[in-house]
Amino acid sequence: MPESSVSNGKASVPPISLRRRATDHIMTGAATLTVVLVLAPLIAIFGYLVYRGIGSINWAFLTQLPKPVGETGGGMANAIVGSIFILAIASIIGVPFGIGAGIYLAEFGRNRFGGFIRFTADVLNGVPSIVIGIVAYSIVVLYQKHFSALAGGVALAIMMVPTICRTTEEMLLLVPQALREAAYGLGVPRWRTTLSIVLRTATSGVITGIMLAFARVAGETAPLLFTAFGNQFWNLRYDQPTAALPLQIFVYAISPYDEWHRLAWAGALVLIILIVTSVAAVRYVVRRGSFGAA
Amino acid sequence: MANSAFSRPDMSGPQPVATTNVTTATVQRPPLLQTSSGEIPDRIFKSAITACGFAVLAVLILIVYELVRRSDLSWHAFGLKFFAGSDWDPVNEKFGALPFIYGTLVSSLVALVIAVPLAVGVAVFTTEMCPKALRGPLSFFVELLAAIPSVIYGLWAIFVLVPLLSGYVQPFLAKTFGWTGLFEGPPYGIGMLAAGIILAIMIVPIISSITREVLMVVPQHQREGVLALGATRWEMIRVGVLRNARAGIVGGIILGLGRALGETMAVTMVIGNRPEIAKSLFAPGYTMASVLANEFSEATGDVYLSALVEIGLALFIVTIIVNALARLLVWTVTRGQPARAHA
Repeated sequence: MPESSVSNGKASVPPISLRRRATDHIMTGAATLTVVLVLAPLIAIFGYLVYRGIGSINWAFLTQLPKPVGETGGGMANAIVGSIFILAIASIIGVPFGIGAGIYLAEFGRNRFGGFIRFTADVLNGVPSIVIGIVAYSIVVLYQKHFSALAGGVALAIMMVPTICRTTEEMLLLVPQALREAAYGLGVPRWRTTLSIVLRTATSGVITGIMLAFARVAGETAPLLFTAFGNQFWNLRYDQPTAALPLQIFVYAISPYDEWHRLAWAGALVLIILIVTSVAAVRYVVRRGSFGAA
Repeated sequence: MANSAFSRPDMSGPQPVATTNVTTATVQRPPLLQTSSGEIPDRIFKSAITACGFAVLAVLILIVYELVRRSDLSWHAFGLKFFAGSDWDPVNEKFGALPFIYGTLVSSLVALVIAVPLAVGVAVFTTEMCPKALRGPLSFFVELLAAIPSVIYGLWAIFVLVPLLSGYVQPFLAKTFGWTGLFEGPPYGIGMLAAGIILAIMIVPIISSITREVLMVVPQHQREGVLALGATRWEMIRVGVLRNARAGIVGGIILGLGRALGETMAVTMVIGNRPEIAKSLFAPGYTMASVLANEFSEATGDVYLSALVEIGLALFIVTIIVNALARLLVWTVTRGQPARAHA
């Protein structure tokens, strides 16, 4: 559009050519289409999960052990409990380290070494989960001489740390510097300031980070394949193979039996509900609680 | 906590800032910092916290150490030929990882080809086109895709996507694009194409959220400037926004690639798990991650196990490089440095 003409006082804008206008409309349409194409699988997955899973969730599913092939009925109670058990182990190991590392980055890590740790955490976040499974296998399973809930917990803990660490850091940095200075001014030592002023203020944000990490590892299957391994029966011992919901879904999904497929869908629905409600519940509690921040 | 600060009358009262002209230099009192009661606990606290920071680094080092140590046997037995050989014969202890590398690369590439236009389109739509009220819900729903566990993607793919592919999509592709050689063979549904599609769905949220982040960093006056020159909205997006955010978008794409390379369960469930190198996307394949998932816990023999760990090591190194590259690219954009120098 070279001749943008200004004549006799009135600015006349040259008309936009049809081709350019058409391109504009086409690209707007294309962008809208991409949104539809991306949301379609989301709706399809959730819809299908509910459609196939809802009919199979009943009291027996939630309370019984898996039945052998050929028998109908049975449930995944041991897998649900096993999953919670493994996740508890993972949280006990992963959460303190994650929060600690986050505090380090926020309060002491404003230097080159801190930047290096930050980068390491990001890189660790991108390590494929199956590789973490191998490492957990070789540092826990090979020493214990058999698959165990502990090994699964260690693998999941390793995956939780980077997420918790980075969100904790971000949340602590949101706490105003003046609060720290006020505490120092009153003679409060640094450790007290960090724990009961800074961390306390950022509690809701930190918990959100923990839940993010929790939701991320709750559905993980790959690192459990050769750490927790799975189990057809109840187990609540840390040094024994343990069933886990995602593992059980995997085994049932690739089996050739219709009855097992049905259970896999039901398990998947339970897993999704477990993930979504745990996140939602904590959000709700945190928002209602007295520590309002972030 | 109890110290001289409380005994100062000028500090009590609701006027904290007004007293700044009270000079403390004239007041004689013991130096607070040196004798503060928090001295030793502070040191303990700092070392404990620093240890946690170090732990992150230690875990990464531990991963490298274990992978290198356990793959030693295979490395000595096969050397670099491990990555060039295409025989995978556990019975005769002959191991070549090429089919797995090929499967990983091809399935990830298919995923990128499908996911990149979709993800960038979604990001552009949410930041530049849609009404403000829709922005939040839209990005929430797209990110919800990232919260679905891999195994559920796999389950859905087996029972919904694969029948769809074998019934409708693959016959159509074979008829229209069969001449390219990419879409040949029996339409089983299960195979490279299914793996690529399910991976694409899984990496769209990653790419689109990074892209959105990067697009939002582009300064508003850039958009206004281009619009003022008479550009249409699309021209504004293309010239004023996308071109500036290029490096960051590439970073997001590479991050998505990193995820696709290491993705295990969904791929294992639909790719067919056969260590072959075939040109057709309909053919079954095998990826590095899925061979680990299928064979690691059943591997008998030290060399077999070691070969599997070596595949894990290779996967680890590739994803580390890919992720580091992506982080650097995204950083250069969101930190406000001139992105074009790196693009």
